[in-house]
Amino acid sequence: MNFTLKIWRQRDAKSQGAFETYKVENISADTSFLEMMDILNNNLIHEGKEPVAFDHDCREGICGMCSMHINGHAHGPSQAVTTCQMYMRKFKDGSTITIEPWRSAAFPVIRDLVVDRSAYDKILQAGGFISVRTNSVPDGNAIPIPKADADESMDAAACVGCGACAATCKNGSAMLFVAARVSSLAKLPQGKVEGARRAKSMVAKMDELGFGNCTNTGACQAQCPKQVSIAHIARLNREFLAAKLQD
Amino acid sequence: MSCFLTNSSVGKKLVMSISGCFLVLFILFHMSMNLTMLFSWQGYNAICEFLGANWYALAGTALLAAGVLVHFVYAFILTINNYRARGKQRYAVTVQEKGVSWASKNMLVLGVIVILGLGLHLVHFWSKMQLVEIMGAHASVVGGLDVPATNGAALMMITFSKWYNVVLYLVWFAALWFHLTHGVWSMFQTAGFANDTWYPRLKCGANIVATLIFLGFAVVAVYCYLTSTPQLIEEMLTYVG
Amino acid sequence: MAYKLDAKTPAGELAQKWSNHKAAIKVVSPANKRKLDIIVVGTGLGGASAAASLGELGYNVKIFCISDSPRRAHSIAAQGGINAAKNYQNDNDSVYRLFYDTIKGGDYRAREANVYRLAEVSNLIIDQCVAQGVPFAREYGGLLANRSFGGAQVSRTFYARGQTGQQLLLGAYAALNKEIAAGSVKSYPRHEMLDVVIENGEACGIIARNLVTGELERHGAHAVVIATGGYGNVFFLSTNAMASNGSAAFQCYRKGAGFANPCFTQIHPTCIPVHGTQQSKLTLMSESLRNDGRIWVPKKMEDVEAIRKGTKLPSDIAEEDRDYYLERRYPAFGNLVPRDVASRAAKERCDAGYGVNETGLAVFLDFKTAIERLGKDTIKQRYGNLFDMYEEITDVNPYEQPMQIFPAVHYTMGGIWVDYNLMTTIPGLYAIGEANFSDHGANRLGASALMQGLADGYFVLPYTIGDYLAKKIQAPKVKTDTAAFDEAEKGVQARIDRLFAIKGNQSVDDIHKRLGLIMWDNVGMARTKESLEKAIVEIQALRKEFYADLKLVGTADSFNVELEKALRLEDFLELGELMARDALNREESCGGHFRSEHQTEDGEALRHDDKFAYAAVWEYKGIDNVPEMSIENLDYEFVHRAQRNYKD
Repeated sequence: MNFTLKIWRQRDAKSQGAFETYKVENISADTSFLEMMDILNNNLIHEGKEPVAFDHDCREGICGMCSMHINGHAHGPSQAVTTCQMYMRKFKDGSTITIEPWRSAAFPVIRDLVVDRSAYDKILQAGGFISVRTNSVPDGNAIPIPKADADESMDAAACVGCGACAATCKNGSAMLFVAARVSSLAKLPQGKVEGARRAKSMVAKMDELGFGNCTNTGACQAQCPKQVSIAHIARLNREFLAAKLQD
Repeated sequence: MSCFLTNSSVGKKLVMSISGCFLVLFILFHMSMNLTMLFSWQGYNAICEFLGANWYALAGTALLAAGVLVHFVYAFILTINNYRARGKQRYAVTVQEKGVSWASKNMLVLGVIVILGLGLHLVHFWSKMQLVEIMGAHASVVGGLDVPATNGAALMMITFSKWYNVVLYLVWFAALWFHLTHGVWSMFQTAGFANDTWYPRLKCGANIVATLIFLGFAVVAVYCYLTSTPQLIEEMLTYVG
Repeated sequence: MAYKLDAKTPAGELAQKWSNHKAAIKVVSPANKRKLDIIVVGTGLGGASAAASLGELGYNVKIFCISDSPRRAHSIAAQGGINAAKNYQNDNDSVYRLFYDTIKGGDYRAREANVYRLAEVSNLIIDQCVAQGVPFAREYGGLLANRSFGGAQVSRTFYARGQTGQQLLLGAYAALNKEIAAGSVKSYPRHEMLDVVIENGEACGIIARNLVTGELERHGAHAVVIATGGYGNVFFLSTNAMASNGSAAFQCYRKGAGFANPCFTQIHPTCIPVHGTQQSKLTLMSESLRNDGRIWVPKKMEDVEAIRKGTKLPSDIAEEDRDYYLERRYPAFGNLVPRDVASRAAKERCDAGYGVNETGLAVFLDFKTAIERLGKDTIKQRYGNLFDMYEEITDVNPYEQPMQIFPAVHYTMGGIWVDYNLMTTIPGLYAIGEANFSDHGANRLGASALMQGLADGYFVLPYTIGDYLAKKIQAPKVKTDTAAFDEAEKGVQARIDRLFAIKGNQSVDDIHKRLGLIMWDNVGMARTKESLEKAIVEIQALRKEFYADLKLVGTADSFNVELEKALRLEDFLELGELMARDALNREESCGGHFRSEHQTEDGEALRHDDKFAYAAVWEYKGIDNVPEMSIENLDYEFVHRAQRNYKD
């Protein structure tokens, strides 16, 4: 298969970026999208040009590192997968593929397709944890948790923190990410203890970092590689409002 | 309660949700009132008379105006905020995601159309009715006719006898329909009363409410257009209850 | 000068060793902890849990990771689960049984006391993780669920769907975030450690490269902890993440830390087979699949050929024409034999010509029987995400046709030598998790890597490091303007300059792929004296080629992934040779190390306990010199070594 690639190139955070067009040829349909990028980069190196910088690591859809906006879709046109799990058979032979970095004020571009997602870490540092000390805990079976609750908590915990939600959202809102963490812990008795504090401080941090306001379009859930539901956003809203009304 | 309603994203959204909810309830009331026209224009006028420049009607109007203002101002604040959050550099290619409604991404545009329609509506009706009474008068001149401030039925017949007014109002109702298909379920989501089981129900409910409102208003406008005759308007203006 | 290796294993009864040791070692008072700095390199399960626990204790901790967030560490990709001797299933599990299974699974090449401690603290890990909000799978009664893993006859594996590693790492990362918020831990993402600094024979800091700006930074501390995982990527194709590397560990080795058993590499039996030459990594299918999946190849060669040609579908092959070779060879454990055994059995069938894809390097993992027995819904519930992933990659629906699998490099049991305190041969330098060598012997059992990472980080290192730091309470803050730091930074700069100066024609990947092939063909699943000698020669030649013909683009003072990769490859090119040397020295077969010359009549690994019951610890002697080997005798006080038997 052959493709024309329109890729965003930007030297660093301060430089102006622009699209550049490349061609890749003889790509097998079984090649993953990132392997196709590897091939392009190897070609570029042999031509003495700098390769396209892009984030990636585990290449099995779990580390949340890969982050491309492909043909208008975060993580490309496939449903429920990250960029690294997408294979070239999903694309039409001979087509042009436009590849952009995440676009969001809170995710500034570092280089080419690489963006700075440290804002997500900061939100979690604001309260995305249960305050237990090492070794100061009861037996694992001391607190029975209904299977349905544990399952729902796991649904939310499947979030890989890739940033697709905020990158997709027309409002640049990080609500799905924040909600996934808040909701996952809120479904567990261990997490309820400091639930109010967590919801308030994480939302405050999210607002402070310049993320937008959720308008319930559901675009985040549609592009989420882990299909985290916006039902978790409803739960976050509930947790937050209940906490605020008690202040 | 500090001021989370003004300084937090979720709080601001709650204000949108509650003010929106209030507006939907008002619209439902307004629509039910309009429907009286289909059965008895005398009955409709009786309601108009009841809702003149009384203290309760004025208080209601003020509250309503405040509701519209809050909903509108917050919408602009949130949208400006969101536009900034999206960043200066926009995507070159965007798509409509699967399962994402067009309305949900265009609420502000729809809202602006609704507000423009509201302006037109206020000029057409409110300025000839409650405003006249507030100013201490009792009637105004519409299309060369003296129309008493409480004669909503005649005003409606006169306004909707013009096809272009009917078309303008239908466009307005359509925008409202789109706005409500997203707005109604969304207000539950924002207030935290939603989950995966309830999404289909809430969205279905939102579509029903939006459609009811659209049909309720549209049917009266069209009915007026179809039945309006100079004789009927004359009869309405000379009727003594 | 050979190492004087003192494992510092405490005396006494096996079950008492850890308690006795804890009682005997020194502690640092809270007031003094505040004065002490610790650097933790790597933020996987080991690094994150250690940094969080140390921060909580009051030390000043700095953490470094090469990715954009601590949460990306490759621990996140572990799928199946984590072992613990809870005996929640009432199937007669115990700390001793977990210890014994792990020692036996490791083919009696691990240190007894370390493994017992691992089994002992395993239960605490589950409690800790539950309290952190890890959503482990639960039964309808609300209590924790378990499943079985290879090498065990009890059900002791705790799991969170197929994402156990992710959930445990998010737990440790959350603990870390708590400490970052509290100010006790400072995080340095997108930073790569390029050297460890030694002063007066003790570790006192690192040189790190800021991967965004390219700047070299000096960081001083009273102790340095290496938690950077394994070096499986020396094979280019492995189940490791693309950026996983052996460089941090290798810098320690260069600076004098002993490197133990480098040849012990785990080849995981259930990975998606290689296709074509453009592949960048191999994808693991969780071992948990072997709970319900049955592994087979056709009995008849004509069926093999028909499947390869596509004239027959695997599902067309009748039951009696299928060779469920693991069930045939190992009736007691069946499809749940340890990984090394399963991998070799697959290789044996493929070498005999029964491989089922066009390359001849694949066997089937079939869920037909399980679907018939349990229904498609149950299978979907258990493995749905794995099945979806398989279909996404291969375009084959595993509910209808069996999966094709083949072994792939997965984990490295070898690593930096550490004593019972997890300290390396360099005082003040610690190694935990996959980066060290101590707990898994020659083969690691499934669901034990997560256990070791968290055991070291939460429950071992935070105690043992105090024994060393107690001597440092009078020591001032480490100054970074000393000669040792100058020299280390200059060394790193020189390495970088040298690579840019080559201006050759081959990219990093071009050379890395060739190294991978040399390693896989000669230092892979089966090794011989000839293949290993050949590998050493070829790697040396490739290394020369690397220094003569590398093409490195971009600049050093910017975000430059090629430079990062080149530096890592430079280390792999030495590490590969070290692995081959170690494998050549170890003239026996054990666990993941299979020397074809040393096998039983049935083709099983044949150990020589009389000669090789030791850990081989290598000391760096310069790039083109042969390293010197020291040995730590692995004396077994409590377990009787036996030929591993998974048949009955």
